[in-house]
Amino acid sequence: MAKVTVDGIAVEVPDGCNTLQACEAAGVEVPRFCYHERLSIAGNCRMCSVENAKYPGRLVTACVTPVRDGMEILTDTPAVKAARHGMLEFLLINHPLDCPICDQGGECDLQDEAVAYGRDYSRFSESKRAVREKDFGPLVGTAMTRCIQCTRCVRFCAEIAGVPELGAFGRGEAMEIDTYVNHPLSSELSGNLADICPVGALTAKPYAFVARSWELRKTDSTDVFDAVGTSIRVDSRGPEVLRVVPRLNEDVNEEWLADKGRFAIDGLKRRRLDICWVRRNGKLERATWPEAAAAIEARISRLDGSRIGAVAGDLVDVETMLALKDLLASYGSVNLDCRQDGAAVDASRRDFYLFNPTIAGIEQADAVLVVGANPRREAPVLNARIRKRWMKSNLPVGVIGPEADLTYPSQAIGSGPETLAALLDGRGDFAEVLKKAERPLIIVGQGALARPDGTAVLAACWKLAAACGALTPEWHGFAMLHTAAARVGALDIGFLPKPGAKGLPEMLHGGVDLLWLLGADEFDVGAIGKDTFVVYQGSHGDRAAARADVILPQAAYTEQDGTYVNTEGRVQRARAAVQPPGEAREGWKILRGISAYVQKPLPYDDAAAVRERLAAANAVFARYGVLERGGCADQAGPAAAGALNGAPFVPPIANYYQTDPISRASPTMAECARVHAPQPAPVAE
Amino acid sequence: MLSDQDRMFTNLYGLHDPFLAGARARGDWDGTAAVMARGQEAIIAEMKVSGLRGRGGALFPTGIKWAIMPKVDTPIPNYLVINADEGEPGTCKDRDILRHEPHKLLEGALISSVAIRAHVCYVYIRGEFHAEAEAVQRAIDEAYAAGLIGKNACGTGWDFDVYIHRGGGAYVCGEQTALLESIEGKKGMPRQRPPSSATVGLYGCPTRVNNVETVAAVPVIMKRGGAWFAGLSAPKEGGSKIFCISGHVNKPCNVEEALGISLRELIETYAGGVRGGWDNLQAVIPGGVSVPVLPKHVCDTVTLDFDALKEVKASLGTGAIIVIDKSVDLIDTFARIEHFFMFESCGQCTPCREGTGWMMRILKRMTEGRAEPEEIDLLDSVTRQIKGYTICSLGDAAAQAAGGLVRNFRPLIEERIAQYKAGHREPGATSGRAAANPVAAE
Repeated sequence: MAKVTVDGIAVEVPDGCNTLQACEAAGVEVPRFCYHERLSIAGNCRMCSVENAKYPGRLVTACVTPVRDGMEILTDTPAVKAARHGMLEFLLINHPLDCPICDQGGECDLQDEAVAYGRDYSRFSESKRAVREKDFGPLVGTAMTRCIQCTRCVRFCAEIAGVPELGAFGRGEAMEIDTYVNHPLSSELSGNLADICPVGALTAKPYAFVARSWELRKTDSTDVFDAVGTSIRVDSRGPEVLRVVPRLNEDVNEEWLADKGRFAIDGLKRRRLDICWVRRNGKLERATWPEAAAAIEARISRLDGSRIGAVAGDLVDVETMLALKDLLASYGSVNLDCRQDGAAVDASRRDFYLFNPTIAGIEQADAVLVVGANPRREAPVLNARIRKRWMKSNLPVGVIGPEADLTYPSQAIGSGPETLAALLDGRGDFAEVLKKAERPLIIVGQGALARPDGTAVLAACWKLAAACGALTPEWHGFAMLHTAAARVGALDIGFLPKPGAKGLPEMLHGGVDLLWLLGADEFDVGAIGKDTFVVYQGSHGDRAAARADVILPQAAYTEQDGTYVNTEGRVQRARAAVQPPGEAREGWKILRGISAYVQKPLPYDDAAAVRERLAAANAVFARYGVLERGGCADQAGPAAAGALNGAPFVPPIANYYQTDPISRASPTMAECARVHAPQPAPVAE
Repeated sequence: MLSDQDRMFTNLYGLHDPFLAGARARGDWDGTAAVMARGQEAIIAEMKVSGLRGRGGALFPTGIKWAIMPKVDTPIPNYLVINADEGEPGTCKDRDILRHEPHKLLEGALISSVAIRAHVCYVYIRGEFHAEAEAVQRAIDEAYAAGLIGKNACGTGWDFDVYIHRGGGAYVCGEQTALLESIEGKKGMPRQRPPSSATVGLYGCPTRVNNVETVAAVPVIMKRGGAWFAGLSAPKEGGSKIFCISGHVNKPCNVEEALGISLRELIETYAGGVRGGWDNLQAVIPGGVSVPVLPKHVCDTVTLDFDALKEVKASLGTGAIIVIDKSVDLIDTFARIEHFFMFESCGQCTPCREGTGWMMRILKRMTEGRAEPEEIDLLDSVTRQIKGYTICSLGDAAAQAAGGLVRNFRPLIEERIAQYKAGHREPGATSGRAAANPVAAE
């Protein structure tokens, strides 16, 4: 630790930290543009000059200067002020000052510093530089004339996103940031460039000219487009969600957000279910809530519990699933399933289906084996954490499954379960790597489980984890990577068939007479039996709604308070930022209403009572947000059944941009899918 | 005046054979093994005695620079890098050494390598020096063949390899850390300091970057002694160096001369005097365009050594004496010089990227006179906003050049502005005299 004083405030900071960090530790604000805590240091904006009291008048650039013990830093001497005024003037002379039409206006670092260090007039009477427009694809908007060449974006792409596609072309005044050559950014984290750009050069393209930051109502929430549970802030104005930005959460997402979570929100305004529909004479007709409830009652009251089933989709909150589970239980039905992909899970113990080492814990891992997953597509923010770990020091990453660019070097060691068997036998180089590792991490994707031999693969993965020392009282290296935000919560409340009850495959083809779909669209809807009565409760008119006999419009994740559990098992809450459209209602309230109509009222009348019921169903729901990482107390693995087969693993996500009803309704995501679709081979003429 | 016996570069003009046979005849590679046998400490001590300063323009004492290198062997290598990216306008000394005295350079490199415990040397030659790179390569091949470098160099047991790296011609790559980036295959952008390249240099290893002239001077200094070299000039002034005299002189030339010689004597003795006589002199830039310009009245008396030039707020730089006579529009010259700096700025740090262009544009207008008198102070304040705030010294150089003009030639600029104003009155305005005296006009 080094003892330094900043403007007379004594602080103690770790050795090797820079002067700027020391100033921050002392609570003294130092202006900066190029410096960013999570990026390498460029030291090119020269804004963060401070003075070392030992050498009066000689300025040091705070971000590049390591602190020394006993250093006395001064940040408000005349020399420092003069330097900052000078730098800011230089930055502004070629900046267009088009703040009134700039999307960054109101949340712009340059604007803020100009208030602090700028003049109220310009001494620059020459022509300003203009830069030719760039095209970085459908997500990142550019106005490169505003660029101050801080190179944060270049460093973000190279270091965090791992796709070094941006660079500085040209020298001196003619230096421009561009891609090589004019192709859309291929990162799933590209939206973060808009956050990281200190000026309005890189902005969110779909949000261009939509709103000013001070008009927005800000609601802290949780992202549901993947199972990471990124902390987000939903910015809304009136009835509209206009923007989603990440919130700082060191345990989960640091300060990043994946593109789908940020940009799929325009899907919230399209293809919405905002009124009840009932099928009459083979045709869906508009209906009122009582009419819809009556249609359901007419059907359900004649059925035995074993002929009723329910399937939960990927975006559903835990409250709604629990209400439906309770409702079905009152009919004696336990035909529940949350696994539209048919993944084999063993919910008998929580650590059989969680990302046990936690996302922050990835940084402690010293070898990674990825089984049947592509973390870059399934959980981009989690993948960035693996990359961060790899950046720190070399990290061996082995992949069983299709080869993919994970943004860090990985070794393709096989394509299917036979490689898993080989590793279990200790064959292959990677078996050695795992054995030598102190904290190996085994990531099991849904691609490895959603197959006929899924149970066997799951058992084999656990066994491998046990064999290579990943399951110790200090370290739990078994990490299941989910793709659906609803999945872990559903497993936590037992929304899956008990032995003997029907799962999704058994409910299809006439296995049940009433099928209640909670926003479930990701299975083959055509396989539902012809005479099955389908209730679709969800927010979007997607695949399954067309098949439904009764449609109940539900609020989306930005319109209701709901609990989600991420892949680590962290219980988090999404909050209502806007009102649901039309007749749509909160999920659990719909079920509470129907239950009253069918005269089997659920025992809760308000959100607090639902939460109490939740906590009673599973104690994990008593605590939000926090999660302790623990080791593995019991090495006994999940139940094994059947034998491994030889089919290669198939990743669960083929098209990152369109995975759920909301993103399928989003024009922005459609454009991304079009731009990033695999290019067809040129046809020979 | 330097006597002929005391000249180090005896084939500076290429009148003799530059390669091994000729070099040996001039005394190169003679007793190299004995010099090397004196060891690291002794070599550094001798260099400290000699007072030799870096000839690339920064003028840092070479002995001290070497002494900063790690003294103990580490698992990572040390590197010697020779900066032959001679890009400073007006400077052409390294070029003559490369093509006419390449063996002096290689011998110096070998001795320097002992001083800094490097076994590998890169010679970074600017792209435009095609023939020079070929000459150095030929000399390297000869030296390898003769066992002078390579494994067991000169029979001393010291292994030493030399590689040529050819640059792309960027001025900023002459800055030592940008040069290292360039060797590593990256864009030539200067690095932040700290850390110094003595701890984290080429490929992250301890590195010393020395100028061609510095390294080439080492063998003679080691053989004749540091005291001899120091005695060539006034004490602490650092011996002799090559001056490149160009511009409006009758006989532009490179010449080796002791430091401390007066500027006028140097020009008149070696370069045939100023075109049209000494009184036709307008100004002299004494060390390459990075150095502030000196007006004639200073040139009359100034001597070429560190302290005298410091006193007149100039510097010796690379020793490139650019003589400017009265036929020249000095403001235009500096607008051109600032254009050069703007063009060569790497664009990494703010003050240099934005400031060089600003200064150039102001000077372009001032060339015509299309400016306000207050803008002279604006220009001066811009130079002050750049100097000392940049990552490397390119920004400092650009600011010094413009600052020197403002400091020494303000009346010239004022006059030009007044001239322009006189010729561009607003239509409808009365004549100056009438406006000044409204009563007379009535």
